[in-house]
Amino acid sequence: MGSREIKGTWVVKKGFAEMLKNGVIMDVTTAEQAKIAEEAGAVAVMALERVPADIRKQGGVARMASISKIKEIMEAVSIPVMAKCRIGHIAEARILEAIGVDFIDESEVLTPADEKYHINKHEFKVPFVCGARDLGEALRRIAEGAAMIRTKGEAGTGNVVEAVRHMRQVMDEIRRLKNMPDEELVTYAKDIGAPVEIVRMVKELGRLPVVNFAAGGIATPADAALMMILGADGVFVGSGIFKSKNPPKMARAIVQAVLHYDDPDMLARISEDIGEPMSGKDIRELEVKMQERGW
Amino acid sequence: MKIGVLGIQGDIREHVMMLNNLGVNAVVVKTPKDLEDLDGLVIPGGESTTIWNLMEKKDLIEPLRRKIEKGLAVYGTCAGMIVLSKGIENYPNQKTLGVIDITVRRNAYGRQVDSFEVDLEIPVLGERSFRAVFIRAPMIVKVGKDVEVLARHGGTPVMVKQGKILVSSFHPELTEDTRIHEYFLKIVESGERI
Repeated sequence: MGSREIKGTWVVKKGFAEMLKNGVIMDVTTAEQAKIAEEAGAVAVMALERVPADIRKQGGVARMASISKIKEIMEAVSIPVMAKCRIGHIAEARILEAIGVDFIDESEVLTPADEKYHINKHEFKVPFVCGARDLGEALRRIAEGAAMIRTKGEAGTGNVVEAVRHMRQVMDEIRRLKNMPDEELVTYAKDIGAPVEIVRMVKELGRLPVVNFAAGGIATPADAALMMILGADGVFVGSGIFKSKNPPKMARAIVQAVLHYDDPDMLARISEDIGEPMSGKDIRELEVKMQERGW
Repeated sequence: MKIGVLGIQGDIREHVMMLNNLGVNAVVVKTPKDLEDLDGLVIPGGESTTIWNLMEKKDLIEPLRRKIEKGLAVYGTCAGMIVLSKGIENYPNQKTLGVIDITVRRNAYGRQVDSFEVDLEIPVLGERSFRAVFIRAPMIVKVGKDVEVLARHGGTPVMVKQGKILVSSFHPELTEDTRIHEYFLKIVESGERI
């Protein structure tokens, strides 16, 4: 009946990421947390064994979450469920695709499985999101098939400074590229290590060809609003919600802050009575910088 | 003609760009005041639970319902269709506007790995088929007697209309094909209340 359905196309993968815009994606480690996130208005949840702050504290090798954990979370909520695989870990990604996860984060928060190559994400039906610190890194990931980009920031610190640095870096490079004469594009592409076709596309669009979220260290509604002001399409919040004193309140407040980021009066109201945020860390005191994983 | 795009969450920019390409000045609607002098409104795709939740917090539900009952033309894609529907079969407690007499089933075509593109026959758009993009799409499982079915896929209605309310399970805004938005603009222009 009718013509043939074609699954897992670029339009379908990139289009799904567009549906998440102006939304908040929250890290959760239990079905109960996933429900709190859904009720607060999260557009998706990231199913994890441990939030980044705990991964950082406990050390060792961080891997894909257990399948039973991810399935438990998938059954608990109607919103999309994302999960993380290690950089370059093709098998973890295949397993996550097989159980029907909606989006895979090939993430520097986990210990990389391959120190040279990322996954060829074009070969998957499930869409991928990847972290980036600058335009070159973002475009390399897009060339590999990422349907969504996020800043790396510095996960698990409750410190927004690195996410700000990465978002400003990408936006600044896009602004410069927009005004760049065509004869400079090939050299520019070589310098930033990105395919010239995608560089040209960014120049023409004046933005990345995929959705660009903020992630890594966002801990308060004001942090979320700041990232939106800097041009993020939406926000990932990792440890910031379930490491705060009152997660349901913090979750609702961050969702509201993303919607009203350009309304200071509203932000003031949202920021009132949210309880204590997670404690933060100075980037200079960190032993492990997760953002340095991936290339 | 003034067309709004509900600017809460989802692929707002894609609808705005589609309308701009048709020479319409589209405005992003965030508050009840923004609804005041609109001729038509698009409710985009996104997460229906999030969109509803934030519409409630913005006090948009009742003003929007009143405007639609008074004859505001609306087009809902995917999550927007869920918001306009009478009810959700598999989530009976999730609230909706109930302005079009259809019942939907959320995520009925499967999870994201099952999202698909397909060519549809849509007679009101002419002979050329329409490339439809279904993303974690809702299915229309029941239609009332006043609802006109404009397109089907696998026997199931995927684009329907009741008076000046148009909905589709799929996302024309993710393609280059402007025909459904043009069709909606014709509904907007088709005069008085229904």
